[in-house]
Amino acid sequence: MPFYRSHVLICGGTGCTSNNSDAVAEKFKEELKKHGLEEEIQIVRTGCFGLCELGPVVIVYPEGVFYNKIKPEYVPDLVEEHLLKGRIVKKYVYGETIEEGGKFLPLEETKFFKNQLRIALRNCGVINPEDIEEYIAMDGYKALGKVLTEMTPQDVIDIVKKSGLRGRGGAGFPTGLKWQFTHDAKGTQKYVVCNADEGDPGAFMDRSILEGDPHSVIEAMAIAAYAVGANYGYIYVRAEYPMAVKRLTIAIGQARQYGLLGKNIFGSGFDFDVEIRLGAGAFVCGEETALMNSVMGLRGEPRPRPPFPANSGVWDSPTLLNNVETYANIPPIILNGPEWFSSIGTEKSKGTKVFALGGKINNTGLVEIPMGTTLREIIYDIGGGIPNGKEFKAVQTGGPSGGCITRENLDTPIDYDSLINIGTIMGSGGMIVMDEDNCMVDIAKFFLEFTVDESCGKCPPCRIGMKRMLEILNKITSGNGEEEDIERLEELGNFIKSAALCGLGQTAPNPVLSTLKYFRDEYEAHIKDKKCPAGVCQALIQYYVDSEKCHGCARPLCVKNCPTGAISGVPKSPYSINQEICTKCGACMESCPFNAIYKK
Amino acid sequence: MKITIDGQVLEINEGTTIKEACESIGVEIPNLCFDEDLKNEGACRLCVVEVEKAKNLLPSCVTMVTDGMVVHTESEKVLNARRTVLELLLANHPNDCMTCDKTGRCRLQDYFYRYDIKKSGFEGERREIPIDDSHPFIIRDLNKCILCGKCIRICDELETSAINYIVRGFYTKVGTFDDDGLKYSSCVSCGNCLDVCPTAALMPKSAQGKGRPWELTSVDTTCPYCGVGCTLRVHLNKNKDIAYVDSPKTSVNQGYLCIKGRFGLDFVKSPDRLKKPLIRKNGDFVEVSWDEALSFITDRLKTIKDKYGPDSIGGLASAKCTNEENYIFQKFMRTAIGTNNVDHCARLCHAPSVAGLGAAFGSGAMTNSIEEIEYADCIMAIGTNTTETHPVISIRVKKALKRHGAKLIVIDPRKTEMAEMADIWLRPVPGTNVALLNGIMNAIIEEGLAKHAFIGERTEGFDEFKESVKKYTPEVVSKITGVSPEDIRRAALVYAKAEKASILYTMGVTQHITGTDGVMSIANLAMLTGNVGRPSTGVNPLRGQNNVQGACDMGALPDVYSGYQKVTDEAARSKFERAWGVKLSERPGQTVTEMINAAYEGKIKALYIMGENPVLSEADAGHVEEALKNLDLLVVQDIFMSETAELADVVLPAASFAEKDGTFTNTERRVQRVRRFLDTPAEVKADWQIINDLSMLMGYPMNYSSPMDIMEEIRSLTPSYAGITYDRLEKGGLQWPCPSLEHPGTKYLHDGKFTRGKGKFNPIEYREAAEPTDREYPYILTTGRMLYHFHTGTMTRRVDGLNKIAPSGYLEISYEDAGNVGISDGDNLRVTSRRGSVVLRAKVTERVMPGVVYMNFHFKEAAANKLTIAAVDPVSKIPQYKECAVKLEKI
Repeated sequence: MPFYRSHVLICGGTGCTSNNSDAVAEKFKEELKKHGLEEEIQIVRTGCFGLCELGPVVIVYPEGVFYNKIKPEYVPDLVEEHLLKGRIVKKYVYGETIEEGGKFLPLEETKFFKNQLRIALRNCGVINPEDIEEYIAMDGYKALGKVLTEMTPQDVIDIVKKSGLRGRGGAGFPTGLKWQFTHDAKGTQKYVVCNADEGDPGAFMDRSILEGDPHSVIEAMAIAAYAVGANYGYIYVRAEYPMAVKRLTIAIGQARQYGLLGKNIFGSGFDFDVEIRLGAGAFVCGEETALMNSVMGLRGEPRPRPPFPANSGVWDSPTLLNNVETYANIPPIILNGPEWFSSIGTEKSKGTKVFALGGKINNTGLVEIPMGTTLREIIYDIGGGIPNGKEFKAVQTGGPSGGCITRENLDTPIDYDSLINIGTIMGSGGMIVMDEDNCMVDIAKFFLEFTVDESCGKCPPCRIGMKRMLEILNKITSGNGEEEDIERLEELGNFIKSAALCGLGQTAPNPVLSTLKYFRDEYEAHIKDKKCPAGVCQALIQYYVDSEKCHGCARPLCVKNCPTGAISGVPKSPYSINQEICTKCGACMESCPFNAIYKK
Repeated sequence: MKITIDGQVLEINEGTTIKEACESIGVEIPNLCFDEDLKNEGACRLCVVEVEKAKNLLPSCVTMVTDGMVVHTESEKVLNARRTVLELLLANHPNDCMTCDKTGRCRLQDYFYRYDIKKSGFEGERREIPIDDSHPFIIRDLNKCILCGKCIRICDELETSAINYIVRGFYTKVGTFDDDGLKYSSCVSCGNCLDVCPTAALMPKSAQGKGRPWELTSVDTTCPYCGVGCTLRVHLNKNKDIAYVDSPKTSVNQGYLCIKGRFGLDFVKSPDRLKKPLIRKNGDFVEVSWDEALSFITDRLKTIKDKYGPDSIGGLASAKCTNEENYIFQKFMRTAIGTNNVDHCARLCHAPSVAGLGAAFGSGAMTNSIEEIEYADCIMAIGTNTTETHPVISIRVKKALKRHGAKLIVIDPRKTEMAEMADIWLRPVPGTNVALLNGIMNAIIEEGLAKHAFIGERTEGFDEFKESVKKYTPEVVSKITGVSPEDIRRAALVYAKAEKASILYTMGVTQHITGTDGVMSIANLAMLTGNVGRPSTGVNPLRGQNNVQGACDMGALPDVYSGYQKVTDEAARSKFERAWGVKLSERPGQTVTEMINAAYEGKIKALYIMGENPVLSEADAGHVEEALKNLDLLVVQDIFMSETAELADVVLPAASFAEKDGTFTNTERRVQRVRRFLDTPAEVKADWQIINDLSMLMGYPMNYSSPMDIMEEIRSLTPSYAGITYDRLEKGGLQWPCPSLEHPGTKYLHDGKFTRGKGKFNPIEYREAAEPTDREYPYILTTGRMLYHFHTGTMTRRVDGLNKIAPSGYLEISYEDAGNVGISDGDNLRVTSRRGSVVLRAKVTERVMPGVVYMNFHFKEAAANKLTIAAVDPVSKIPQYKECAVKLEKI
């Protein structure tokens, strides 16, 4: 094995890749070659570190220096200074890792990482996901070996039960119980399925795990298959995750090569193999029965349960279906024991949960925290708070199936049950932060547009009912709302929740019901006053020129940028906006150098 | 387990749905997407009920009861949910009940009424989907569709998956592949989707403007096409226009129909119908009165009988006519004429079954019932293109496969839909059935899977038979048939290991010079494995004509009276002599193939044909035409001027099935009522009436006043029909043997004992087909029937919609042979045999194997039977329709 004096970890997650980290890596290779350092320094393409906001991210070991927002043109400097001469290039280093006095702080000590506990994400950003040996070096496939050589299927199930692990896809069903049901179901042929059809807007933890640590899922599926008595698995992953698909494909190939998939694994007589099934990106295919239909080549639409997949799933056979993050927790549970896992978290929610932080927050990215962490810690400590000194308004959790959490509940310890108590759900872990500039009616509308578009159309409550709710919201945001509309939304929403066929429909009204509960005044302002308090809903706002601030430019940018010629006036006196022509695009406001244009 | 429904406590079995539990105590549950015969999805959400402790409302049609469950079916929450569902549906449904043809039988409308939904509180965007009227019979207005999905499920589970949901969300609709018109899809036009559609989204075109349900009357009768015997419920308006046809769920066909039964009845109103008797005068037909026509026939028949004797006269009865008519016809031939020269087209289809199964079991009929097919563990379909020729029986096959996990073995040279569905498809060279079956039986014996207990107890002749199949090892058979030894063994194992294995077969077995041999081999196979005399087993020849079973039962055969009582049997003959009051001939008569030859040779002088069309249906049509022209007298009674009628001296206009009463006996021996739903045209008479009148003139008065009269006589002389009366038939069909008024009818034959006592193994040696291919005629032509047309096309080719779908004949030819002949798909080519030549379009397909070409026999402009060979099976005299040597030329 070659020995390197230094390792350069370059993030190969989707966020950093779309920020051109491939070019950064290429440049590193080029520069190392130029300096003849290829034999001394190794470049490692890793999965996501989590701090996507700072991409492309480069970490140099052994020092553990965290460079952020690296562009290819910075690389020669970095190589020459840091790798050749051993001088850290301060200007590229992430500010949070520099203490007062210029001392470097290890990454783990930064606010973003300090409060995290990375179990599911343990290898993300650490290993090269395209190299099985790196996974094995991190104790990969050790859990599978242990299971196959030392344990009975029931032992495995008991451990998972005892760990208290609950489904990370959102519903939080006890994983061990699900394994037990599938184990107990009658049938000679059984299947394990991995739900990698991550579809909530803003959620990308499953993608990151697949991209950063694909073997953890494959290993866990093999363990699950052994436990329930299956010998074949499907990973249902959306085709929009090409990098995840590529790395999974490589990982499956390597696992087969190493005999970790296929016949007689570890000489135990246990056979297992997996196949990737690509989804076409329908949100509803994240619903387990729709997913299984899609696996079988049928139209991806849900069917009523029971029968539950544990009894009749893929090809009418007993099927175990878990989500990516759930699987990723399995090998550490096996290796470290259920007691270790259940010592983390709250009474009913054990372990950690990965959240995708997005929206109005400084540290956009992925975080994994112990259950029971408060929202305040997540947003203000880990997330770095709200940008531009704006005021926090709410967080939407659980994506389009969830609801919002307001300031009053910022200190609620987060777990499955507490979130339900405050009217939302854990969901897959999307967390979209909203500040004072967000209109909550508009937010509800955004989620409804999504679910209306993603409804499979099978049952009338979802197919027609959701469409009607969206139409009412459109009516409200366009200034035509009537007072009865609020009641209509509530009635229809509650009806759809109780009468829709599947989980999508039964939760789709949540964003509306939840915002109605906490921000009813905003709805009322739209309806009664015909105003959008946050200034978002175009139909309800107007742009004005503040004559005091307007400099009356000779070559006014506002006039130049207005697409409809709505701004007129003569130089040296304030300009004015013709409201009849104005399309409220906001171009004038953005272009005015003196902030003389405002909306209300 | 115990559950509570609306306060009422009841004991209920596990595995019951809430809906079923409710209905068991008379609580009705509204629903739009439920169908008891389909997989249900609980999608319409109208059947929701409130279950205590459940978070949401539960769909009662798919939720199973659990112990202690407390259900509220009409709580405020439930009613509100149902009303809201209905209001949402109404908000996207054209509210045009005033002009909608479905008004009065629309489920949605019923529920709007029941839940008092006058308007929707949820108006908003509506769909605007163009109406699809591409299909000749079905009109699709998707704006009225509520997406219950029943059409999709019925098509997917029982038919061809022509439609599915497309698009999603609010814009979801039922679409064909590529969202094209229904006509351009894989739709087989069975119209079963029409029956399940709760609204007017799918409607029969014929119903448009024909009147509201309360203005229509309906009559139940039996389909005039194939032998399945589907009940047709014909809905008519005051003007006796057919609005639409459907079928009750309780029927033998479970309410399912195929394109011909549902949409193919227009022929009865065709302007081509014969309206008056015609006599050929100076070469041309002249309309005459009934009196003149009948006296003319009487005079000529009497003259010929006096001059040449009664056996110079022959009669062809009809598998299309009723039992009563076939009975009276054979009686006429045997009494008024005095000959046993009576036969009908069963000769051309299942005469080998009658002979072969008669020899093996003692009865030539289908041993088991249609219903039982669904519950077989293994179905072996030999030479039957079931999905096209018996579509409704193929539904049972599909149910057996999809619902009950049965295995399907198909033996067919053509890659039919059945072959595509099969678990094992054996593709023998045409004409090698006997070898293949011997090979399968050899393998079964070798594998030690013969059922010796059954063989020892119930059969005879096994040892000799066993010896005879010894040389037919799979390897030897493979060389003859082209089927691999592995496949032969595989099929043998699957069939022999099944608990209940059922064999279905049709013309692919019988229409060979070894037809009877093939049937006896099948009987051997069933006996070898003990698959006779139990439910869902048996040997099941599927009969091709609506009443071919009945025509045989009625003795329209040269060697038997009704109920297969032999004319050579002294006792039987004297029974009939006593009943009929005349001396009867003890000489068995001639078969149709023999009569044609005798006519050709001048030995038969007169032929009386009731509703058959031998010019198109017999093999070697040119020869038939010459034979008929050689007759002194040819009388044809028919509903149309058929190709045969055109050669006649007298043509008599007969009533169609729509205009008469009577009974048909279907393929499973079920006697069912035919009921008149149209008035008989003024100068047209029912076939039985014509014979009745003619017999009087011939000096043998019959004096029947109605078909019921005739049935009374039939049952007095026919033991297997003795318990069958019109009264009993009002309650549904009866399967013979039904020996007494108390007897419920017989579902399957040979229970405990074969009709002939012991089942007989017959050693059968393989013989080559007549007319092997040679350098000049290098291709084997095989013939058959298609879904859209029936036999010689006299009926179906007079239905516009059917002609639109299948306008002309074609020759199926393999890609390899098409290349050799130098033609492409759609090119015309000439097909020539030693007997004739026709020109038709090529359909290049993998359905046929290289060296074999196929054509349908319905099209007179390209008549398959100009080419076929009249080589016949020595026992049953069936011609070898299934193979003859032809050459192909590009033109």
